[in-house]
Parts: sequence; structure tokens; C-alpha cells
Amino acid sequence: MALPERKTDIGPPHYEQFLPPVIKKNYGKWLYHEVLSPGTMKHVAESGDEIYTVRVASPRLLSTDSIRDICEIADKYCDGYLRFTTRNNIEFLVSDKSKLDPLVKELKEKNYTIGGIGPRVSNIVHTQGWVHCHSACTDASGLVKSIMDELYEYFTEKELPNKVRLAVACCVNMCGAVHCSDIAIVAVHRKPPVVDDENVPKLCEIPTTVASCPTAAIRPNPKTKSIIINEERCMYCGNCFTVCPPISIHNPEEDGVAIVVGGKVSNLRSDPKFSKLAIPFFYNDPPRWPKVVQAVKNILETYAKHARKHERVGEWVERIGWERFFSLTGIEFTFQHIDDFTFARDTFRTSAAFKF
Amino acid sequence: MSGKYKTPMLDELEKGPWPSFVTEIKKAAKKSDMAEDELGQLEKSYNTKRGYWKHGGIVGVLGYGGGVIGRYSSLPEEFPGVAHFHTVRVNQPSGFFYTTKALREICDIWDKYGSGLTNLHGSTGDLVLLGTKTENLEAVFAELSSRGWDLGGSGSAMRTPSCCVGMARCEWANIDTMDLCNELTQYYQDQLHRPAFPYKFKIKISGCACDCVAAIARADLSIIGTWKDSIQINQDEVRKYAEAGLDIQKEIVDMCPTQCMYYNPEDKTLKIADAECNRCMHCIAKMTKALRPGKEKGATLLVGSKAPIVVGSLLSWVIVPFMKLTPPYDDLKELIDKMIEWWDDNAKPRERIGELIEAKGMRAFLEAIGVPPMPQQVKEPRKDPFFFWAESDFKK
Ligand code: SF4
Ligand code: SF4
Ligand code: SF4
Ligand code: SF4
Repeated sequence: MALPERKTDIGPPHYEQFLPPVIKKNYGKWLYHEVLSPGTMKHVAESGDEIYTVRVASPRLLSTDSIRDICEIADKYCDGYLRFTTRNNIEFLVSDKSKLDPLVKELKEKNYTIGGIGPRVSNIVHTQGWVHCHSACTDASGLVKSIMDELYEYFTEKELPNKVRLAVACCVNMCGAVHCSDIAIVAVHRKPPVVDDENVPKLCEIPTTVASCPTAAIRPNPKTKSIIINEERCMYCGNCFTVCPPISIHNPEEDGVAIVVGGKVSNLRSDPKFSKLAIPFFYNDPPRWPKVVQAVKNILETYAKHARKHERVGEWVERIGWERFFSLTGIEFTFQHIDDFTFARDTFRTSAAFKF
Repeated sequence: MSGKYKTPMLDELEKGPWPSFVTEIKKAAKKSDMAEDELGQLEKSYNTKRGYWKHGGIVGVLGYGGGVIGRYSSLPEEFPGVAHFHTVRVNQPSGFFYTTKALREICDIWDKYGSGLTNLHGSTGDLVLLGTKTENLEAVFAELSSRGWDLGGSGSAMRTPSCCVGMARCEWANIDTMDLCNELTQYYQDQLHRPAFPYKFKIKISGCACDCVAAIARADLSIIGTWKDSIQINQDEVRKYAEAGLDIQKEIVDMCPTQCMYYNPEDKTLKIADAECNRCMHCIAKMTKALRPGKEKGATLLVGSKAPIVVGSLLSWVIVPFMKLTPPYDDLKELIDKMIEWWDDNAKPRERIGELIEAKGMRAFLEAIGVPPMPQQVKEPRKDPFFFWAESDFKK
């Protein structure tokens, strides 16, 4: 069967053809919006026109069958228009108000999860994990599913002091904005890589491999034509493994995940911030990582109990101080919490004013 | 063909109320051997706590150096369906808007040539088609491109730009994020499809400081909408918020980081000393009917953010505090071209632009792109009295 003629460098289709008419008409002329429920909102334009949005959770990993199911619903209630959010939620765009309630009803009947708008937990931004990445030292999808099952009502219903952005990354490459999330999980290695001296010379460029190490832990080994790792300098980043596959960083028994907290990207009230280490390690415990799930819930609920309205996790922690964060959450403080990398000296306390 | 594997571990992840990715893989597995072996291999990973994917190999479509991520199972005999399981990155339309017709078209192509599994969307923004064989790649590309779709970026190239919903459905957008995103994507087609950079280069565009696409944290060039003049206040609406029970003093005025707001509870009016406002968006986000960004709109350009690999994470740094952005964005394109040229000329392999700025100094970068020093670029001036003088500083 003949294939159609290919085209190159045409770029993505122009977005305009995918916009509902009411959006096209009021483009750039929206006046305000109102959150109607944890999963629905209304945008009103200067012209008085309205559009309703219903936000639905997605596992991000979708089969074509499920996409078709979603399309069928969008055809029925949204004239065939829908969009996705940066956090992988599905948004049904309703131009005809009379279709809003029937849409919500059908979504509920079909067990879709509606929510994620307003001061709540939104969908977890996450990465490929064991599903599809060679670098993964945990499975992002499994963690997301386990955590969101537990925090379900914080997506569909319960209010928090402000939005809480969660993220999961399955290695320190951190695809996604894990390093600036309210609460995030990042998978880490804890042992230096093991070098396969036989294959390194065959498959790797030695100078590139040496240069790949941020702590200068790697030097060439003239005898084996391979490389040697100074294990004391290695901080298990896995960058050498990325450029030279025979250097294996995976260690299923000692790999696991850390929890970092307090990051944000928005500029509201306070500057964007990095997340900082809360809990340095949990063993991988598939399929449901119960200890990780409980730890996330504990941090979230401690925040919910103590933060002021509109404070993000990081703003709350900065107001009360990190020493209070550890005492309120009951999380143990360890040597791993004290920075010894690039920006270490900026993190040591230089004041005699602190709390017990 | 379904039911080839027993998956007690993964079955656990079909329980509970949150939508399950395992259910998705099983759905696809009913129709595809590839998806079925993906399921089998994943169950094995759950038992052994490790992945079974090899490093990506070089695969792709004719004339492109990116857009396809080669993926091979390290257990091809045990799981032949995923011996090849390459990812195709399809460049998403700006703002992630679709029609059902367009999505169905992609589903049809993917059912025919791939595993039936997708990511909507990948971290960078592409519509990700997950898992196909090398011999299907040309067919997938012909089917997609003949219907108006193209591939996104990968490797040491311009990566697929992405943006927030902006003017399409947000009253706070100071710039037309979707138009700009589309323009830049089209302008950089060659750099996107044919990797020739020292490393990746990401552009993300948010219409305001809420930064819904996390541009400041994960883009080499973060474009964030802002305004220069005064916040527009509708005092009638201020009064209505007060009457509806919003504690304006506590929730708005007291939380303003620059303490530049004044509320008079008597006549329920709000004043802002705009010269002191830093445009953080807090008050606007909480009183959207009463407060709107100013009228002199543009964007702040920030450069350099990245995830921690290798020497630690970076947030983007302010380079151009304010730039008007109107189509066809020639000033902006020229400036980005200069940034990329300087980076390309100076960077080591796998060095991101933020790292290069650290290595060469901010001054070298600013001079190379022709941007003068401005106090908005720093949190504070330097503290130690060691500073360089260039020959040019002595003139006059
Ligand atoms: S975070 Fe690491 S393991 Fe996960 S998808 Fe990205 S590179 Fe792969
Ligand atoms: S894991 Fe990272 S720190 Fe350790 S040797 Fe490899 S590159 Fe160097
Ligand atoms: S970044 Fe600002 S303009 Fe863009 S969608 Fe978010 S709030 Fe709206
Ligand atoms: S935008 Fe931020 S700084 Fe400006 S008045 Fe509002 S709260 Fe204050």
C-alpha cells in the first residue's frame, strides 16, 4: 500500500484550527474567571461571552482507546474541542452552558476523576520510569498512582492553604520541574558505578567520559584503556553512565527515592525557589511504595495544618524556619541534609537567631 | 493475544480511584504485541526493581537528526515485542488545543504502526507516541506529515518550544504566548530537526509571573509576560470583593511582598503605589475581577535554567527586564540568534547556556548579545571589592 507523500519542516499545525469559536472570537479579550467547583471554572470575556472548563485527571500514559473515549465525550458536549494542561490533565471546553451539567454527570458515571483546580493538589508531573527510560531508578507512574490514590480527595475536593504542586522524577536528570515543586520525589543512586573494563574501550570515548564527571572523579586507566573512578569523589549522578553505557550505575538493592520540598516556579508573593531535601532515602518498594506515600501525606497534612492561607509549602517553611519544619513533621535531620556541593556555603547558618 | 503475562504486581496498581496507567497498557495490549510485551517487561521491573531499557541508539527519519528516541529492550528474546520500542515526538500545537478529529487521526496512525500507547504529553511538551519498530518510522512520519503534523526536537538541538494557554483563555496574559510559541517553532525548524548545538536548548513561554509552564525552572530561554505601567483597578469590583467577605487587608495587602498596597476599609477602596510594585501577581490572582495587569505589556527574558545534571540546578536569570513583543518578533529572534551563536561558539559539548554564562561570566554574555548592565539583572551588587576592568571601561 502506497504511503502518502511526506513533508518536512512544516512545523506543528497552526493552533487556530483547534480553537473553539468562542475562544477565537474572544482571543486576548478575557476579563475574569471564576472557579465553580474543584474541577470546573468559567471564563468571561469583555464581550460577555463565556466558556466553561471541566478538568479531568489523566495518568498521562494513555492508550489510543482511551483517547477515543475522551474524544467521544468531547464530541457530545464540546463540539469536538478539548485541550490538555501542562500538568497532563484533560480539559473539556464547553461553549454551551446547558451542556455543562450533563457533561459532568456523564464523566462521573464513567468514573473520570474531576478536580485539580484551585487551592488543591493538581496532577503530578512525572517522567518515564521503568515504562520507557534506560536511566530510571524507580518507576514514576507507579509512584504517581500510589500517591494520588492516597491524596485523591485533595484533588477532587478538600482545600489546602494554596496549590500544592507535586512531581516525580525517576533519576536526577529530572525531566519536568521537579527541582521547583512543593513536594517532589526524585530517584537517587547511592553507590558509585561499576565499570566494565572490557567494553568501555570498545564503546566509549575516554576523554568525553572523563570530562562528563562533574566532580572529576574519573581518570583514564592507561593499563586497561578503560577508566578508573575515585569512589570517594563520586556523588552518584550517573552522568558518566549517560555518555558511556558500560559504566553501570544501576544497583537495584541500593537505589531508591528521596523527597524534596518547598520549591515553586510562580512569582506570587515570593521569588521562585528550588525544592530542598526533606527525606534523603527510601528503598524502592513496588508496587505501591507505602512508606513514601505516607511520608508525602505527612508533609502535606502538616503544611495544611500549620500554613497560613495563600502560603505555598516553601513560603510556609521559610516563615517558620527549616528547624521547625523538621520538628513539626517529625522528620529526622541527617548528614545528607547538610549541603556539600556547589552552593554549600550559602546554606550554612550565619545567625544566632533560630528556634529549638 | 491478551493474557500472555500474569501481572500480580501491576494489577495492584489498577486498584484505587486514581486513573491507572496499568489499565492503559492493558487496553493497548489487547490490540498490540508491543504493548503486551511492554506490560510483561514492566512486571519484571516491578519484581526486580530495575529497568530493562538500553541506551537509545541512533534511529530516525530521513533528513532529520531528531524527533525519534531510539529505545531497545535489553531482554529482546524474552520480550520480542519491545526489542525495538522507539518513541516518536510529535510537535504539539501551541497551548495543547486539539479537535477530536485531529486526535483520532493520530490514534489511527498509531494503532496501525505503533503500540497504541502515548503520553499526552511529554515533559518538554511534545505529543509522545510510545513504542514502535525501526521499520515503521518512515511510514509513521509520512502519515503524520502528510496530515500536517511534524516531529519535535531531541538531542543537542532546539527542543520543541512550549507555552501556557495565554490569550486563548487567560485574562492575565501580557503576551500572545501561543502565537509566539508557534512563530519561534516555525522559525527554528532547521535547528529543531537537525541537531547541531553543543547541547539542548529549550524555550518556554508564560504569559505572566504565575508561570504556568514553569519556564523559569526548565528553559534555557524563559519568556515571561509582564507590564510596565500601573495595575488597572476597578474600585466597584474591589467593593464587591469586600462585601462578599474577602479580607482585603489580611489576604491581599498584608501579603503583598513590596507592601505597596493601601486599603481603606471605610470606603472600601484600594490604592497601589505602582512604582514600588514588583509585579508578583499575588493581588491580581486573588482579585481577578478588580485588578488587571497594566496596559504597557511585554515580557521579561531570562536565561539559563536547567535540572541538576551536572553541577546543580539553575533557575533562569533576568537578562532583558522588559521587551515589547509584537509579531513577527524580529527583535526577539535576532536576540535569540545572538545568544545561540555565542553559546555555540564557546560551549563545550553538553554544556548548557546557563553553565557557559557561569564559566565565562555574565559580562561576556551580555556584551556578546549587546545588552547593557541593569539593576534588574541582579538580586544585589557584588560584595567583595575584587572586580575586573576592561579596556573599554577606561574610555571617556
Ligand atoms: S528523569 Fe531520568 S529516568 Fe526519568 S525519564 Fe528523565 S532521564 Fe529518564
Ligand atoms: S556517577 Fe557522576 S560523580 Fe560518579 S563517577 Fe560518574 S559522573 Fe562522576
Ligand atoms: S502563566 Fe499567566 S498568563 Fe499564562 S496561563 Fe498562567 S496565569 Fe495565565
Ligand atoms: S502585584 Fe504583587 S507587588 Fe504588585 S501590588 Fe500586587 S501583590 Fe503587591
